[in-house]
Amino acid sequence: MTQVRIENATKMYGNFAAVSKVSVDIPDGSFVCLLGPSGCGKTTLLRLVAGLEDLSDGALIVGGEDYGHIPAHKREFGMVFQSLALFPHLTVAENIAYPLKIRGTSAAKRRARATELLELIKLPGIEDRYVHQLSGGQRQRVAIARGLAIDPKVFLLDEPLSALDANLREHMQIELRQLQKDLGVTTIVVTHDQREAMSMADVVIVMEAGEVQQIGTPMEIYRNPANAFVANFIGVSNLIPGQLIDHSTFEAGGAAIPLTAEDILHVDPPSSATLSVRPEDVVISGNAKDGQLQGEVLFVRDLGASVEILVQVGEMEITSVCTPKRRPDVKVGDTVGVEVLTGRATVLAP
Amino acid sequence: MSALSDRLKDHRVAVFPTLMLLVFFLIPFFIMFAVSFFSRDEGAFFAPAFEFSNYARFMSPFFFKVLITSISLSAAAAVLSVSIAVPFTYFVTRMSSRAQSVVLVFLLSVLSLSEVIIGFAWSTLLSQTAGIGNLLVALGILETSRSFTPSLGALLLGLCYLGFPYAVLVIYPALSRLDPELPEAARMLGASPVRSFFNVIVPMLRNTITGALILVFVFTLGAYLLPQVLGRPQHWTLSVHITDQAIFQSNLPFAAAMAIFLMLVSLALVGLSTLLGQKRT
Repeated sequence: MTQVRIENATKMYGNFAAVSKVSVDIPDGSFVCLLGPSGCGKTTLLRLVAGLEDLSDGALIVGGEDYGHIPAHKREFGMVFQSLALFPHLTVAENIAYPLKIRGTSAAKRRARATELLELIKLPGIEDRYVHQLSGGQRQRVAIARGLAIDPKVFLLDEPLSALDANLREHMQIELRQLQKDLGVTTIVVTHDQREAMSMADVVIVMEAGEVQQIGTPMEIYRNPANAFVANFIGVSNLIPGQLIDHSTFEAGGAAIPLTAEDILHVDPPSSATLSVRPEDVVISGNAKDGQLQGEVLFVRDLGASVEILVQVGEMEITSVCTPKRRPDVKVGDTVGVEVLTGRATVLAP
Repeated sequence: MSALSDRLKDHRVAVFPTLMLLVFFLIPFFIMFAVSFFSRDEGAFFAPAFEFSNYARFMSPFFFKVLITSISLSAAAAVLSVSIAVPFTYFVTRMSSRAQSVVLVFLLSVLSLSEVIIGFAWSTLLSQTAGIGNLLVALGILETSRSFTPSLGALLLGLCYLGFPYAVLVIYPALSRLDPELPEAARMLGASPVRSFFNVIVPMLRNTITGALILVFVFTLGAYLLPQVLGRPQHWTLSVHITDQAIFQSNLPFAAAMAIFLMLVSLALVGLSTLLGQKRT
């Protein structure tokens, strides 16, 4: 059982805390994404788990054992690096079987394991090629296979798909997730791409400024962001500042937005607050009704599969997304009504 | 017509380097090559001739031994300098960029020392009266101070001191360009730091290491002062004898013949090691 527990992990560089008091429990066999903008400390946290950096404070417990002082090469973890770090002077099979060579496995067994892993990643028959003869996607898979060669206790990946083009990346997300499910290995992936995190992870850990902002399943985090940073980082959010009057009314820009029992309140009324609403819950209509927010259309983005309308409401810019079928008949410069469909909104601290 | 003038334009950039090579390398080399076939004239240096006597004189057991000494000394110095320079440079590249430039500037300043200064500085340092012998006595390692020079060890030390900065400067760019995730990847796969150094960094630097070996080898092959200052007469290299013939015996034709021969032998060795180095890419 390789449950990973990070307790109060802190990493200081001089006076700068790259990771500050992070505590996470990662259940055995789960797929966790560390998500955040660049410089948020997610890679440092992964390197702390890997043993490539030493904890300044806190503890790392893997499978019930304290791993804080075990050097990286004795942790029996697998890791895929951002640059992939495949060895250019070795063939594909030698790359994959390198960890087995270190452990003294016989040449025949090493070869067999490399072949087995190449079949697993759907690239049979490339054992004797060199890394420079492979395409980007193939290298990616070989790096994954090498990380899995010893049946690692924990599988760590640092922005593993960032070098791939968009189509291949989405395809690899699915493959990586399926591979992880089949093997049941506890996996931690660092990514800055929220779509990637949402499509792969059981649990998403959102980080910013070295601290954990929120931990939850992708849908929990999307549906109920803990603060404005998470609301904005996970997908697009409209953050509407205003007053929470009571449990059923939010007032903003002279309009009263009715709240329902399904909306999640992070503050107690009455209080100034911020309403977080997803663009798909904002409906634009050509003629504004009384008590509705009103604004001027700034931009209409016809994306084919969806339509995005950007509206200036007072000081705010509000984004609405709808399907082409429901596209309101508006153009840039029109004054329109902005209806906020509540029931899926979150009221956050201001 | 335009194709021709285009082609001429392409070649224009080559004019300057060709000229430089011709004036400063090929012509002097040709003069030396010609002189090596001249005959010696006791009164006036040399007289034009075409004879192989200079080369014939060289074909003796004595000079063969000198040649072997030269090559072995330079090869040993090259191997020693590079074996120290590779791990040294590796640690330098892991320092902060500020510390890196300090180390590199220091190494460059070592390069500005001439062979004469290096030779006499080491000869003083290794002497009985003013050298490290006294330090070892103070540390209780030696009973009484002794001299460490002249000796083979002292000569090798001097040659390594001469070649080491060059080895570092050749290896440094390649090592600092090496993806730092490569040794980390080896560590994650179970290799100890020492093992990841030998399994990943050394093989990836194969061509660079070959280059550094060749450079130090060729460079120390030309050292003619250090063997005289730090070595015994049996350690005198071909370069010492060339200097001796050219300057003290005024026998330029024989010196030229030895120089040509030394150059051919070292060219052959360099070619061989390059071939071996490129066998696997």
